[in-house]
Amino acid sequence: MSSIPFPKPDPSILARRDEIIAGLAKLLLPECLITSEDERRAFETDALTAYRRIPLAVALPRSTEEVSALLAFCAAVGVKVVPRGAGTSLAGGAIPQEDAVVIAVTKLNKILDVNYSDRTVRVQAGVTNLSISEAVMPDGFFYAPDPSSQLACTIAGNIGMNSGGAHCLKYGVTTNNVLGVKMVLIDGTIVDIGGDALDAPGYDLLGLITGSEGQLGIVTEATLRILRLAEGARPVLFGFPSSESAGACVAAIIGAGIVPVAMEFMDKPAIAICEAFAKAGYPLDVEAMLIIEVEGSEIEMEAQLARIIEIAGKHDVQVVKESRSAMETALIWKGRKSAFGATGRVADYICMDGTVPTGQLSHVLKRTGEIVESYGLRVANVFHAGDGNMHPLILYNVNDPTEQDKAEAAGMDILKLCVDVGGCLTGEHGVGIEKRDLMRHQFTDADLAQQMSVRAVFDKDWLLNPAKVFPLEGRNAE
Amino acid sequence: MSLLVPENENQAVEIVRDAKAHREPLAIQGGGTHAGLGRPMQTAAALSTKALRGIIFHEPAEMVIRARAGTPLAEIEAALASKGQMLPFEPMDHRGIFGSQGEPSVGAVAACNISGPRRIRNGAARDSLIGVRFINGSGEAINSGGRVMKNVTGLDLVKLQCGAWGTLGLLTEVTFKVIPVTQTEGTLVLEGLNDAAAIAVMSAALGSPFEVSGAAHEPGANARTFLRIEHFAPSVDYRLGELEKLLSKFATSRRLDRDTSQSLWRDIRGVTALSGDLSKALWRVSVAPSQATHFVQTLRERGLAPDYVFDWGGGLIWLAVSASGDAGASHIRTALSGTSGHATLVRAPDDVRQTTDVFQPQSAALMKLTRGVKASMDIAGIFNPGRMYAGV
Repeated sequence: MSSIPFPKPDPSILARRDEIIAGLAKLLLPECLITSEDERRAFETDALTAYRRIPLAVALPRSTEEVSALLAFCAAVGVKVVPRGAGTSLAGGAIPQEDAVVIAVTKLNKILDVNYSDRTVRVQAGVTNLSISEAVMPDGFFYAPDPSSQLACTIAGNIGMNSGGAHCLKYGVTTNNVLGVKMVLIDGTIVDIGGDALDAPGYDLLGLITGSEGQLGIVTEATLRILRLAEGARPVLFGFPSSESAGACVAAIIGAGIVPVAMEFMDKPAIAICEAFAKAGYPLDVEAMLIIEVEGSEIEMEAQLARIIEIAGKHDVQVVKESRSAMETALIWKGRKSAFGATGRVADYICMDGTVPTGQLSHVLKRTGEIVESYGLRVANVFHAGDGNMHPLILYNVNDPTEQDKAEAAGMDILKLCVDVGGCLTGEHGVGIEKRDLMRHQFTDADLAQQMSVRAVFDKDWLLNPAKVFPLEGRNAE
Repeated sequence: MSLLVPENENQAVEIVRDAKAHREPLAIQGGGTHAGLGRPMQTAAALSTKALRGIIFHEPAEMVIRARAGTPLAEIEAALASKGQMLPFEPMDHRGIFGSQGEPSVGAVAACNISGPRRIRNGAARDSLIGVRFINGSGEAINSGGRVMKNVTGLDLVKLQCGAWGTLGLLTEVTFKVIPVTQTEGTLVLEGLNDAAAIAVMSAALGSPFEVSGAAHEPGANARTFLRIEHFAPSVDYRLGELEKLLSKFATSRRLDRDTSQSLWRDIRGVTALSGDLSKALWRVSVAPSQATHFVQTLRERGLAPDYVFDWGGGLIWLAVSASGDAGASHIRTALSGTSGHATLVRAPDDVRQTTDVFQPQSAALMKLTRGVKASMDIAGIFNPGRMYAGV
């Protein structure tokens, strides 16, 4: 079936399964240790559902100390560990392996402290992204990174993958919004990195950990910045006769000194899919659409929108549709944020995540269409236009093995293209298993060896999420 | 001390390989405007980036600039300004507090994570640095990050380099995300507030929807608290008005026009208020704003009586104290214990920095990681050895 290889399970670990489970059972309440095959199966994959591996066992610790005891035990017996948040990774970052213990942080789900004068929250790492904004929204605040999966995904996973979202053009991604973490190292050592001040002493280990895909430790608590909500926010839909005109409009807006809070692009197939699902009032007779959101007071939004509309007018805009109510705003964003789910209703898909220099957007869109067509498949494009983070959704039929292979091959071709035009393999989803074997296309052997030797400082025996990120061949220390 | 000045990356690679082979440490030099910051180093040779110079590209529509590390910051800022753009984080200028000459380099901005007042709104240098190319301790040229602003591919060595003070490699190229310049700015001044009231005012302003891009306080008999708005002209006017209303319960306020505001924030960025007496020691303290007042009060109770100013809404405190003894280190760091704040001894005579921790001491577990990271990138310990921590 699927073409991404996993390492062979270590028979000596599989043979010691009973002993390992007995050891884990001493560290956890019975209901926090999952061993039966039926229940373990619930953890066999994440949002990259074409790949599945049933783990040796699943641990659901309730405290930092339990995580510490679990990791110390796993390190001592030499069993691999796959950290897990809510399992929403699109890159296979949370997919287990048969000889590994999954440690999921979902029971660490409390908001510990909210401090409005310092504009920070301290949370356990298993809280969901959205629950933070929900907790501080009544007081007029929010947590800025807003990945599409924010209803389900955890802060631990967000930190692991350095998650972004639709509004990071203005507010940055996870790494720009985390001030500190409590993390457990593979030997069980608990470290506090950063805190509640705006910078931390020493090397920026916080920046290193963010986006390290669960390979440096398990984060159990985090201190995050919260921001005051703008007075108002309003998205506007712009329909264009071509992707080129939409792309040129984006460049012209930035050139005019305007950085909207979000600029989201959809092509015709994506518009049709999302509109059928969300009934958001998207224009169906245009080739490309931008959702541009501005923020501020009523008068400020009017003034900024007037300038944006004037610029769009110079780029052949066909449709301009302003949200006139909170309900319309919610629908417009529902359509965009459900793009992946809505696509899942019409076909199976894989979602790519390369970023390209925004000057290359038109070229990459055109080539993406040609690449996917050459495999006899279809593609829908949604992406963050302001920052060049592409999300081509390659549609295929999962029950047809040849189609899945073709979809994966097309995806790999697209990602190589992203790198070749000066971009990168992944903007916000992470490398996981999905892009692991493309890393040599973006990095030299020396680049990767340097990253791996930094990794080895934290986990010299490669026990933490070892099948991910780095190509299986040619690892430094294995 | 010999001075090595590579003119291109290949020459720099040769110098580093040579230094590694002979175990001869290198002090890395940019513009030399804050050379006195850090633990004094004993190296036989210095490596200057001054000939690794020039903007490689500036793409205004992509909001990105890449330059060689030795490029003067002024050259970067002029190129950006010519296209209506700027660095988001308003890097501070150390020349006032060190009485130094020379031109700050863009590589040092990256290596030392140098930010200014706008950090509270736009993030630090580390938040805008999206790519680096560096030579590691084995003499290999390494890329991390790139030119796109969303990039989670592989470990983020960009962040590790930013703020490592040249101890993890020689930066040769840096890539920054940039933003459009704002059309105009204005500043609100509130007078006569004590520290606690000033922190409350700044917290209220920073917790408002008006996107305050500077929040600083100068205490004393003529205490003044400053709040800056940068935006389109009608928005600056509107937002300053809303802030005035919001803060009227604390004190009346007056407005500074654009020119006065610009010159004021240049002074705040350069810590001009504490630049008068260069013989004093100067500390930079990071704390949560809600702990700032108590911290300063504790120092007073311990008899330290510092001159000080608040920036970043109280999250950054500059302290000038007598440079004798440990320059107040034990009092300052004791007053910070129990918080996650930290203090850096930015300016002090060599003999004080020889015996006093310049950078905040870290826990044993973090120091173990720090030493490991250092060894993983600079196995022979040739880059700026000991500038941050002994043995690192």
